[in-house]
Amino acid sequence: MALLLRRTFLIAAKDLRAELRTKEAINASLSFSLVILLLFSFAFDPTSEEILNFSGGLLWIVFAFAGALILNRSFARELPNDCLDALIASPISSSALYLGKALANVLLLLGVEIVCLCVFGIFYNINWTVQLGPLVLVLVLGTWALTIIGTMFSALTVNLRLRELMLPTLVYPMLIPPLMSAMTLTSQLLSGAPLGPENFIWIRVLVAFDIIFTLLAFFLVDFVLVG
Amino acid sequence: MREKVVYVLCAVAAVLLAYNLYKIFLVEPDEASQGAIFRIIYFHVPAAFTAFTAFFAAMIASVMYLARKDLRYDSVAASATEVGLAFAAINLVTGSIWGRIIWGIWWTWDARLTSMLVCWILYFAYLMLRRAIEEPTQRARLSAVLSIFASVDIVIVWKSIEWFRTQHPGPVLEIRNGGGMAPGMEAPLWWNYLAMACLATVLVLIRMRQENLRGEIDTLRRYAHAM
Amino acid sequence: MNAIEIEGVWKYYGDFPALREVSFSVAAGACLALLGRNGAGKTTLLRILAGLSKPGRGRVAIHGRDVRDSETRARIGVLGHGIAVYDELSALENLTLFAQLYDVANPRQAAHEWLERTGLERVGNARVREFSRGMRQRLALARAFLHEPSVLLLDEPFTSLDDRAIAVLQSVLLQARDQGRTIVMSTHQLREALALATDVAMIQRGKIAHTGPRTQEMLDDPGWLYRTYGEG
Repeated sequence: MALLLRRTFLIAAKDLRAELRTKEAINASLSFSLVILLLFSFAFDPTSEEILNFSGGLLWIVFAFAGALILNRSFARELPNDCLDALIASPISSSALYLGKALANVLLLLGVEIVCLCVFGIFYNINWTVQLGPLVLVLVLGTWALTIIGTMFSALTVNLRLRELMLPTLVYPMLIPPLMSAMTLTSQLLSGAPLGPENFIWIRVLVAFDIIFTLLAFFLVDFVLVG
Repeated sequence: MREKVVYVLCAVAAVLLAYNLYKIFLVEPDEASQGAIFRIIYFHVPAAFTAFTAFFAAMIASVMYLARKDLRYDSVAASATEVGLAFAAINLVTGSIWGRIIWGIWWTWDARLTSMLVCWILYFAYLMLRRAIEEPTQRARLSAVLSIFASVDIVIVWKSIEWFRTQHPGPVLEIRNGGGMAPGMEAPLWWNYLAMACLATVLVLIRMRQENLRGEIDTLRRYAHAM
Repeated sequence: MNAIEIEGVWKYYGDFPALREVSFSVAAGACLALLGRNGAGKTTLLRILAGLSKPGRGRVAIHGRDVRDSETRARIGVLGHGIAVYDELSALENLTLFAQLYDVANPRQAAHEWLERTGLERVGNARVREFSRGMRQRLALARAFLHEPSVLLLDEPFTSLDDRAIAVLQSVLLQARDQGRTIVMSTHQLREALALATDVAMIQRGKIAHTGPRTQEMLDDPGWLYRTYGEG
């Protein structure tokens, strides 16, 4: 167990170090999210009160699309120089490799999301600190959902020719439950409504999704990586 | 032997369908509030049952493939998913027609219809993934993992969209109007499910044969290249 | 106990067998040269030995244990076609990472030692991206063997190495042989390989055509093997 954790952190640290050095995926992700936020301002009147109703939807669409750029790179960064083979041949288990990458991804995604939130708050004049604690909870749960599915399918599509085309098609339909939950909760939290019995069901959906798919990915990733 | 099974099932399906059509169109009375269009339910609902039966069979076959590595299981999984997709499409189209006649709109975001649409997209992505992988063993392995993920996700999708629709109510394609269906009216539903299930099995068997032939051709081609 | 035992291994791509009923063993301390034409199955076999691929049928044991065991993999060193180091990290960071992954006792120390051994100690903190091709090849050698594996698997190692890298590779292999480690090496460079080899195995179209000790005859006339056991 300790060995699993140690190797997981090794991989996470390696991925983070490599990404923070080049910043290729982060820059692409941030620019893309800024552009989407800008485009949305033409879709509806940015000063209206109604924007609070779909603020959640807007934000999570930005997170999902911009996040895909980071998630796609996750296993793809192991392809140059055949690094993936070296990792699979090493003592690290496929599950630890997967978890390590997921951990790095969730941190990178959360970083991008916080920047997006700030920009969103400025562009659309929304105070997102009004229910900060619950919002952070939703961010973490929702981002973990994005990450575990995105990282898993990054592993699944890593050797395919049409990887960039396939990943969005595979990933987004699967993410409908957590995205739906996160969008609903975020809209409500940004409007100032607290977490209560009526919307707690969405937290349950997020937690259930996270647990079920983390376990499923943990046990199935070896079939995906070792041929 | 296989051929005989196919012919017998085909005959059974044909007889059942003919009998059902007779009962549905000539014997059953018009439904109280919805009129003649209500009869579409006898195709709409069994199509959904058949689709889910096929998808469930595909998931079992996928798990068996990962456990046994026998390509025949992969053949079952692929064929069952394709046939399931066809019946899911029937469900979607009949649902759309039903909605158009009753409410005058082509699509309603009714909970069940929306869930079926997500289901359809997920399994369509499965077929797209299969098309993107040339090598048969890799294709079988990766699509088996995707099939398991999709099947688990369907359950979560179904429940969460139901909950979403209870919070944001909209039009619902109802089977039962205020109470229950009259006892006599439910029978054709199950008979048609049986008929469609027979038809689906026939289609899966035919498709499997095609898939096995394709595998043989692929093997022969590799032998030829190796010469 | 033999270092490597392969029994009845078949590898399928669909229904096409890339490896058919492959069985042989490699004694501890032996150096096996794996020969065969392109497409015969050498790389497929090596990948199975390295734990990168699972056989369709049959079993592979390294030091008596399944190769997918984590502990077994810690004792195997693999040198494939790619250099398997990260361009964005420095040479030292790369070696330290792999030393840590392989549970080496003093990762940084081992990394420094191998940087010296491959003549890269002066560029240890430079990004691999900036290295010349020869430097990258030498770093790959360091990465593959710094955990002192008892089984070394090499896929066409002499191909496209410059003379400095070849010198490092030969010193690594000679030292490994002296220390009683087991080596399996697939190759087209018959002379270098046969000079180091104690045993020879030849694969043809997925089947083992010949296994046995490396004889003086083979050393004098490397093409003899292909003529005797090759096509036909």
